[in-house]
Amino acid sequence: MASLMTGRPEAKAGNTDQTITFDLARQSPRELNRFLHQDLAATSMRHITVLNPDGAHSVAVGADAPFDIDVEGHVGYYAAGMNKQARITVHGNAGPGVAENMMSGRVHVRGFASVSAGASGHGGLLVIDGDASLRCGISMKGIDIVVGGSVGDYSAFMAQAGRLVVCGDAGDGLGDSIYEAVLYVRGRVKSFGADAHEEPMTEADVTSVRELLEQAGFKHDPHEFKRIASMRSLYHWNADANQEY
Amino acid sequence: MCGIVGLLVKNPALRAQLGELTVPMLIGMTERGPDSAGLAVFTEPLPENERKINLYSGLTEDGADFNWHGLAHELATHLGIEAKIDAIGNHAVLSFGLAPEPVKRWIQEHHPKLHILSTGRSIDLYKDTGRPGEVASRYNFGSLTGTHVVGHTRMATESAVTPDRAHPFTAGEDFCLVHNGSLSNPNSIRRQLEPLGISFQTDNDTEAACRFLEWRMREGDDLETALQKSFDELDGFYTFLMGTTDELAIIRDAFACKPAVVAETDEYVAIASEFRSLAKLPDVKHATIFEPKPEEMYVWRV
Repeated sequence: MASLMTGRPEAKAGNTDQTITFDLARQSPRELNRFLHQDLAATSMRHITVLNPDGAHSVAVGADAPFDIDVEGHVGYYAAGMNKQARITVHGNAGPGVAENMMSGRVHVRGFASVSAGASGHGGLLVIDGDASLRCGISMKGIDIVVGGSVGDYSAFMAQAGRLVVCGDAGDGLGDSIYEAVLYVRGRVKSFGADAHEEPMTEADVTSVRELLEQAGFKHDPHEFKRIASMRSLYHWNADANQEY
Repeated sequence: MCGIVGLLVKNPALRAQLGELTVPMLIGMTERGPDSAGLAVFTEPLPENERKINLYSGLTEDGADFNWHGLAHELATHLGIEAKIDAIGNHAVLSFGLAPEPVKRWIQEHHPKLHILSTGRSIDLYKDTGRPGEVASRYNFGSLTGTHVVGHTRMATESAVTPDRAHPFTAGEDFCLVHNGSLSNPNSIRRQLEPLGISFQTDNDTEAACRFLEWRMREGDDLETALQKSFDELDGFYTFLMGTTDELAIIRDAFACKPAVVAETDEYVAIASEFRSLAKLPDVKHATIFEPKPEEMYVWRV
């Protein structure tokens, strides 16, 4: 068996005044997160490297200071959840609910993201280089999300505020029951959800998309994007509709 | 919650290590399924006129002390067959050169508590209650060899924690299915199948899906056509992983409610509920990794 095993990368040149390394092959995500929540403030650390995440859950959740975290591999459920201020880069793929409920800061997934990326995020920027699966940006409340690839079905479901930029295509039911979030899609939208529709791009939209693409590091012409927003026909109960919408 | 794992080795040299590669995958899904575990392994098929059935004695009074050689002797006396018995504790593989139905009928009649796990020319099936690591060492999963494996770790949500309700489920010959999720219409599927003479071993929802698909294939559908029909007929949340003599297949429901991730290299294709179970596979760093899309069929052939 030993000959078949993938060699684990060596721990990077030890810890310094500025950098600390957590190796999840030997340490638990809880140790990492406890350090972020309790011990970090008393140190001068500004950079954390996480090795061998190997799909672990809840990697680097609840950060609340402006430091950088590099996660060297794939992560499981809820990575970088509830992030505040920190700049977290996952050098791999992310499982369900990456950056869920993010408040501020930046989370960057270099690979693909599973379902519910950025769910209910209040602020900050989530960048996904690859595709995001179903329900990307579900119930987003102010977060900005930029997806380099495509998003799956029911993305931005009940999205309340914030912006979702999709450089590829969107699946079925995009923006179902959307409130005041705005979606920008460069490719094809398979279908709109209830109350979502395409609107003309204004100069302000072009500027928004340009800025978000720049922040995310994607090179596309912002004029190629279309704007999708709410028709606002579900905002108020319509007694005359007789249950037909 | 539950965990699923599957592995198909493309490189014949890896067949000897199938079990060895599978055990860490199964153990990786312990948190998703701590109450029972099981797997089906597909081996070189027996000759055309031979069959093997896998039996579980854990529900009999003798449990792991069941007299397997006595059973072989009884079969010789009453059915005149020379059956080969390969037993580990409460599990035995019984192989013989006869159609399987009379043998199974005789066993059900004379040893009603003996649970028939699988029938076929290439499938062997092990399942029991306990943590995945315990079940794996109980049956020495690490030493299994073959072309592909379909495994499961169970966290029961809809029927009791018993060995016969653990996964994989089988129906017919050389077919098995494991399930992560829950079906909302298993009883209407049962009511559709029972009048056709299809009988059920348990009240488990996954068994309904398994028997539905096997029925469709017995009616002439290939696996792909049967799976297409299951999208219309089966309601609920599911990731299904299935094995036939020479195929490994996965489908997910329209909402992709239950997770699945695939890692494919020139040497193997590996499937699990989560990457955690794939992380220790050889050279997984260079594998193509993706999530199966909802309502799409993925079928790999040996």
